[in-house]
Amino acid sequence: MKQIKIDPITRLEGHGKIDIFLNDDGEVANTYFQIPELRGFEQFCVGRPVEEMPRITTRICGVCPEAHHMASAKACDAVFHVEIPPTAKKLRELLYNVFYAGDHTTHFYALGGPDFVVGPDAPKAQRNILGVVAKVGLEVGGKVIEMRRRTQEVIKILGGKNTHQVTSLPGGVSKGINEEERKLIEEHCKWFVDFGKFTIQVFNDIVLKNKAYVDLILSDMFSMKIYSMGLVDEKNRVNFYDGKVRVVDPDGKEFVKYSPNDYLDVVSEHVEPWTYLKFPFLKKVGWKGFVEGKDSGIYRATPLSRLNAADGMPTPAAQEEYDRMYKTLGGKPVHATLATHWARTIELLSAAEMALDLVRDPEITGTNIRAIPTATPTEGVGIVEAPRGTLTHHYITDEKGILRKANLIVGTTNNYAPISLSINKAARGLIKKGTTVTDGILNTVEMAFRAYDPCFGCATHTLPGQMPLVVNIRNKDGEIIQEIKRN
Amino acid sequence: MAKPKLALYWASSCGGCEIAVLDIQEKILDVANAFDIVFWPVAMDFKYDDVRKMEDKSIDLCLFNGAIRNSENAELAHLLRAKSKALVAFGSCAHEGCIPALANLTTKDAILKWVYKDSPSTVSLNGGVYPQTHTKMPEGEIEIPEMWGTVKSLDQVIDVDYYVPGCPPQPFQIWNVIEYILSGKPLPPKGSVLGADDKTCCDECPRERKEKKIKKFFRPYEILPDPNECLLDQGIICMGPATRSGCGALCTKANMPCRGCYGAPPNVVDQGAKMVSALSSVVDSQDPNEIDEILNQIADPLGTFYRFSMAHSILKRVDKI
Repeated sequence: MKQIKIDPITRLEGHGKIDIFLNDDGEVANTYFQIPELRGFEQFCVGRPVEEMPRITTRICGVCPEAHHMASAKACDAVFHVEIPPTAKKLRELLYNVFYAGDHTTHFYALGGPDFVVGPDAPKAQRNILGVVAKVGLEVGGKVIEMRRRTQEVIKILGGKNTHQVTSLPGGVSKGINEEERKLIEEHCKWFVDFGKFTIQVFNDIVLKNKAYVDLILSDMFSMKIYSMGLVDEKNRVNFYDGKVRVVDPDGKEFVKYSPNDYLDVVSEHVEPWTYLKFPFLKKVGWKGFVEGKDSGIYRATPLSRLNAADGMPTPAAQEEYDRMYKTLGGKPVHATLATHWARTIELLSAAEMALDLVRDPEITGTNIRAIPTATPTEGVGIVEAPRGTLTHHYITDEKGILRKANLIVGTTNNYAPISLSINKAARGLIKKGTTVTDGILNTVEMAFRAYDPCFGCATHTLPGQMPLVVNIRNKDGEIIQEIKRN
Repeated sequence: MAKPKLALYWASSCGGCEIAVLDIQEKILDVANAFDIVFWPVAMDFKYDDVRKMEDKSIDLCLFNGAIRNSENAELAHLLRAKSKALVAFGSCAHEGCIPALANLTTKDAILKWVYKDSPSTVSLNGGVYPQTHTKMPEGEIEIPEMWGTVKSLDQVIDVDYYVPGCPPQPFQIWNVIEYILSGKPLPPKGSVLGADDKTCCDECPRERKEKKIKKFFRPYEILPDPNECLLDQGIICMGPATRSGCGALCTKANMPCRGCYGAPPNVVDQGAKMVSALSSVVDSQDPNEIDEILNQIADPLGTFYRFSMAHSILKRVDKI
């Protein structure tokens, strides 16, 4: 038995490693995707005042602190049995949609994107955003940096800090916006909508027009027929901030739709001794191991599964793209893991449109932004749809609002079993008897998890803004065939 | 001349420090132009083995964020120390333990028991399944790092050259540090705190301060504070007096109290002790019983005063590792 380690896996948020075991014939015997750490927030938050949780749990993830800030704030509202004023809800939702647009951008261009744009087996020093820029041009790179800058500016206004927001607390938000700020945010949101449309065009041009990529997307080794989960509004349209969680089966039929309070009736978690992360599954179907199909309780909570679980998008331009994607890929539901990237671009556009609607709402500049809780605090569940999946915060407090128990099911955790299975399928599909296992093949295995885990665009450190930059494009022999300069 | 080599790594942290590096916006291009980035797992595909193959002291600057929570964090800290000329504890986790070090208020056993056995969504069979460092599978043995019982700051594990505080460090402060290094000026003395200022958060807070006389403490959700007056004057616990300046008082400007993420002010050994000292001078009573009553209104002094500095505090647990 031969063992191949990929350690650490890269271009994702957090740590992880993959072990691939080959049998004596050189075929894949099994794969293990391990998460090597546990920090223990659920336990060490016990004893903390519950209203501090929206500021503490942001430190679970500095890439999507907004998701924890919101899920936590909603759980706190529930703990205190308080209804927040409409303006406060809209301010939170505005922040959240702007965050979504920015987060999806960085994943698409910097983390998942390089595999498609530069190619999965390009040299590893090129599989990053610089390679993306070389392929699609400097204009795109500049737009990505501008998108990041603009989304961060709006988040700082609404959340107090770029990273680790502070403004949501039980009963509402600590600060509102004035008309001047509203106008500024509106200008940004108009730009976000244009950027969303532009990104969908980029996906069309780079990925969909390349037959090799389309074949990869539709290949059996990157397909998995399991349940799909996502938050929906009252019309069963995709919603990131609020609503009920809907799960559809592998045929697309509604399996369950539940309110946050009922999550324990639907989701359980399985433990394996070889990893620190647990494996959530649908309680009523049961844990059957790393297998697909209707009889297996594993589910996905990703951009693609959110679109599968919903009947449509809440905004018009995103709805058009939603229809086009399903028409192109043969109808709902779609199980092609790599189509998650397409779904992500549709969500990016939807979030941008939603943010524009919210900032134009007359109530957004209202001054009634806080309700002071009066009821005795008890227990509450808050759910939002993080970019990486359904995010559940569940708190139980004493009568003084001191946290006594906490249970968190975090976005990517939902997808741990499907990611493990996707890696296994990709490895089995790529490594056969006699295959020389190259870096490119191992990177293609890594593509199986990158589809799930958005993460952040740190590779944008090489993006051209207003600074001088030279990008050399080389052929396979290393000769420079094109030089792009920006001064 | 070859560019100096830069490495960035995160141990037990949230990734916010690396986001903050990106938030210097287009100036990051100066960094890319000035340095050869040789290791950055979150952005680039270089693996641990690539680092192991590097010559000792071949990395000129390593920005290491995250606390030391398990054996892998420690192994990478030692590895990057060996490979780096200058190593920076970057951000609050590496500096003082930050929020992950609140785990030092509980135990490893309690954490594992809750997460893998008692939490309501977990299926616990035969007394529970717990993660093991080595597991024999049918195909062979696989390993995961050993989780430590105590979260440590970076300098409790390896020798550290400089500290950049903040959760996360503010982008303009990060740029100040990089600009200084790029300028070629002599490096500051070893052990210096960079990317922060030398007063307290109160000094950069625009709120109006009066003579504090506090008879009642409020939790942030309980009142609508006056947006212009000092929050501590209004009875809301604000860590400003016990926190180093440098962030620009972002939280108090957003109408929320400081929680101390920039760590202790200069010449203060222990942030929590400094906060106790600050509070002792503002409680409006001379009667010991009344003083007790007033202070008892503070919901979670330990978890609030040491929110970001527990690992580095003078409070130590009995057990080791």
